[in-house]
This record gives sequence, structure tokens and C-alpha cells, in this order.
Amino acid sequence: MILPSLAFIIVFSYIPMWGVLIAFKEYNLFTGFGASPWVGFDHFRMFFDSPEFWNIMRNTLAISLLKLLIGFPAPIFLALMLNEVRNMAFKRIVQTVTYIPHFISWVVVSGLVFSMLAVDNGPVNGVMQKFSLIENPINWLSVPEYFWGILVSVGVWKEIGFGSIVYMAAIAGINPELYEAAAMDGANRFKQIFLITIPSISPVIIIFLILGVGNILNAGFEDIILMTKNLSNGIVMPYAEVIDTYVYQMGINNQRYSYATAAGLFKSIISVMLLFIANGIARRLGKASLW
Amino acid sequence: MKFNFSDKVMQTIIYCLLIVLAFLTFYPFWNSLVISFNTGSDTSTGGITFWPRSFTLENYEIVFKEKRIFNAYLVTIARTVIGTLVSMFFTALFAYGLSKKGIVFKKGYMIICIVTMYFSGGLIPYFVLVYNLNLYNTFTFLIIHGLVNVYNMIIFRTFFQELPDGLEESARIDGCSNFGVFFRIVLPISGPVVATLALFTAVGLWNDWFTPAVFISNQDLIPLQTLLVQIVNAGQTATLIANLNTYAASAVQNSVTVKALQMATMMVATLPILFVYPFLQKYFVKGALVGSLKE
Repeated sequence: MILPSLAFIIVFSYIPMWGVLIAFKEYNLFTGFGASPWVGFDHFRMFFDSPEFWNIMRNTLAISLLKLLIGFPAPIFLALMLNEVRNMAFKRIVQTVTYIPHFISWVVVSGLVFSMLAVDNGPVNGVMQKFSLIENPINWLSVPEYFWGILVSVGVWKEIGFGSIVYMAAIAGINPELYEAAAMDGANRFKQIFLITIPSISPVIIIFLILGVGNILNAGFEDIILMTKNLSNGIVMPYAEVIDTYVYQMGINNQRYSYATAAGLFKSIISVMLLFIANGIARRLGKASLW
Repeated sequence: MKFNFSDKVMQTIIYCLLIVLAFLTFYPFWNSLVISFNTGSDTSTGGITFWPRSFTLENYEIVFKEKRIFNAYLVTIARTVIGTLVSMFFTALFAYGLSKKGIVFKKGYMIICIVTMYFSGGLIPYFVLVYNLNLYNTFTFLIIHGLVNVYNMIIFRTFFQELPDGLEESARIDGCSNFGVFFRIVLPISGPVVATLALFTAVGLWNDWFTPAVFISNQDLIPLQTLLVQIVNAGQTATLIANLNTYAASAVQNSVTVKALQMATMMVATLPILFVYPFLQKYFVKGALVGSLKE
């Protein structure tokens, strides 16, 4: 019963792992794997020496740190806020609405972003003009400096609701007697959040934080590709190119397979190291860890 | 529960913030929906916010009459339905096999699976493999990409392990084979898990634009989301009209604009999900929890 699927995993996951060896070869789709000559670490050296390298590293780290810094706590805040809501109907409506974007494709989301931020008749420019925050409409998506902000905000917008599900569940598991006791001792709701709710859900928070740190070099891919593909294309790339988009550019668009694989391999190695380091720290702190 | 003054202030602030958040989430969809129902030439004069000003179904007519969009829609539906069924079948069968006690090398199989969640060869070696297997540009590939999902497999397996042993034993006494037990006993009682994972798989397949963009070059096999990338990104009318067929080209002379068409296509690509989703919400909330607890 397990054979077909096991075979599938070996073919489609393990053969590509072995395929990373092409990072050390001069691979060409037509000469094939065996015939390509070995070149050692040449592709890695080329990647580190390339003029884009530091730029890409800066973007990758900056975008993923921003995502971790803002995108990670956002669902926790939402869960804490929803927990204070006593009106069940209102709570359900907010939850239902905020879950929606998680199920919508990045293609549509990027379309919505283009439409909302449009120069002519875009609602964002419209509202800002109405309140005299800006004089003339701004072409948000073609200013490189704004790109990180837009990317991170859209990411939060898309996942905040769905991300809050886990925390809501963790909060629901807290013993209500704790709150009663705290209220007896004169703690207001605000104090109760800090003294009971947050400490009670901290193991869940830590596990998700570890997973987040392991993902630190995954700055994003679909979102970046789609949001830079519009008309103002090249302009924001100095702020938008990350390792994954670079691998795609070089590998699929420019057919530099070996070079792109080397860049991708570099990323996976660092990611795994970060995952181990984060887990180690968490275990040392003695709260929760992945393994 | 008793509320003092500071609690009431906090409540008010929280309610306001949540209302703002819900509005910010909902409005972009609503605005696009409104624009898709408004005549294009009227939209371009600006000021469409909450309601269509000059209502029309023209945009949708064009979208559905446009051969490429219609074809892409069929591809998407076919891929989602077949892909979900096949993926559910193989993933559940795999999980069922691994949930049995007394399988030789069981732990080894699990490790083999879990490793793939953290390490992978990356895009390029995968691309090379697909190319060499002659799966490039085939509908088969659209189905088998992601056929076995390790994450789902683990969720299934956890669920199967908790089923009472007696259930199977009695089926076996009645003469059921391994597969008989799986199809007649195990699958039917796994309804909620199957529903949740099928929903996630289906949404994933429905929304996937990237796999076809990289692995499919035949325009007849392109699903809707991938075509939508081309339509959303076609910044200029000329490009879009060149992409669309003659029917749309003649319509553009009337009152339809690129933006109206983009919005209508986006809605067409999204509405099926928006319609099923409220009905499935109670399942996926549970499903998301099962998933996260097994990290």
C-alpha cells in the first residue's frame, strides 16, 4: 500500500536532491548529467563575487526580518483582540472576513494591490488626497524604497486572520479559573492579558517562532515575482530581488542551471543551520522546542 | 464578568480596530467586484467606491465568451478535481499503510518522508528531472506535481492510528482484504479529515499559477491563474487585445476597458472559492489545528 507513494517521493524528492550536484558541474540540459564536466566551487565563487550578491543578501534578510518582526506578532495581536470580544456574532464576522485572503491566490491578490494602489483612481491615492496627506497621486509600486513596506503589509493582510486560528485555539485552552482568580486579585483585563493569556500561549508562540527563523531566507517568492511583474518592472528590482527570485531568473529564464542551483543550495544550507541554531536556543531557554 | 472604566476603554478600542481590519480586508474584494459590474468607460472617469454606477454584465460576457479564458477555466477545473482526488487517494493510502503496526522499517519510511519537508533539491534540479522524464508540457504533470503531500500524510496517519483496532478486525473476520478495509471502513469514517485536507489541496491546485508557468508552455494547457498573470500584468490595452481573440477586440471599441476585464477575470477566478469557503469554515479551522499541532 505504501509502495506507489514511497516510489513517488523517492523519484520526485530524492533524485532532485542528488541533482544539486549540478551546482558543482557545468551542466547543460542537452549534454546531460554524466557528460558535464566538474567545476568544483566555481559557481559558488561566481555567485559570491557577482555584483548583485550583497544587494540580494540585503534584500533577502531585510524582507524576511521585516516579515518576521511584523508578520509574526500580527496574528497574535489579532487573537488577543478577538479574545476580548464578547459579542459572538461580531467575532464570527471578523474571523470569517479575515480568513478570506488566505484562500485567494497571489495572482488575484497582486491584482487587488495594483488596483488599490493605482495612480489613476486608485482608492489609496484617492483617500490620501481627500485628507490632504498627499497632493498628487503617487505611483506606489514604482518607488523602490516603498517596495519592502508594501510587500510586508500585503503579506500581513493576507495571512493575519488565518495565522490567528492557532493562537485562538491555544487561548481557548486556558483554564478560566485563572482569569477569575486574577480578577479577584484586582487585575483588569489589560493586566490579565499580560499575566495570564500571553504566558499561557508562549509555548505555541515559541514553536512558531522557531519555524519562522528556519524560514528566514525564504523572503518570499510568489508575492515578489507577481508584484514586480507589472509595468514598472525593473525599477524596484534593486529592492525586490531575493535569493529565490534570483534562482528563478538565472535558472529558468537564463538557463544558467548550475549557477542557479549553487545559489539555491547556498540558501538551503544557511536555512537549515538557522533552524538548528534557533531550536538550540529555544531548548536552552527550556520552554519548547521542535525536537 | 465585571468591567471597570479602563476595561471599557480597551473594549472600545479593540472593537474599532477590528472593524477597521475587517473593512480593510473586505474592501479590495468589494471594490473589484463593483468595478467588474460597472461599464469600463464609466469606471475610468473615477469615483467608483461602493456601488456600480452604470451596471452591466458585459465584462463577464466577454470573459466567458473569450475562448482562451474559457479553455483555461476548464483546465483549472479538471486539474483541481482530478488532482485533488488522486492526491487524496495516494496520500491517504500511504498514510494508512504507515499507520499499521508491525511494518518492517516503518521508522525509516517516516524519516525518508520528513526529510523532504526540510531539504529539497530546489527548483532547478526539479526542473531538470521533470524535463528528463518527458513530463514537461503535459497535463499529467499538472496532476502529479505534489501528488503525495508529506504534511497531509502525517495528519492522515495520526488520525488513522487513533482508530480502534477492533473495527478492522471485525471487517477482516467478515472477509475484507487490506484494500477492502481501507475503502469500506477507514475512508468512510475519516470524513472530516478527508474534507479538510481535500479543501486545502483543492485550493492549492486552484490557486497554483507558478507550476504551470514554469513547466507548461502549451497555451491550451495553461490554467486560469496562470493566464490571469498575463492578463493582470498586461499593462497596456494593446498587449491585452493582442492576447484576446477578435470578439474581445471588437468589444473594447465599445465600453469595455482592460481594467474592467481584469477585474471580471479576477472575480471569475476567485468566486468559486468565496462560495464554498463559508460552508467549509468549521472544518478547516479544525483541520488547521490538527496540522499545526503535529509540527
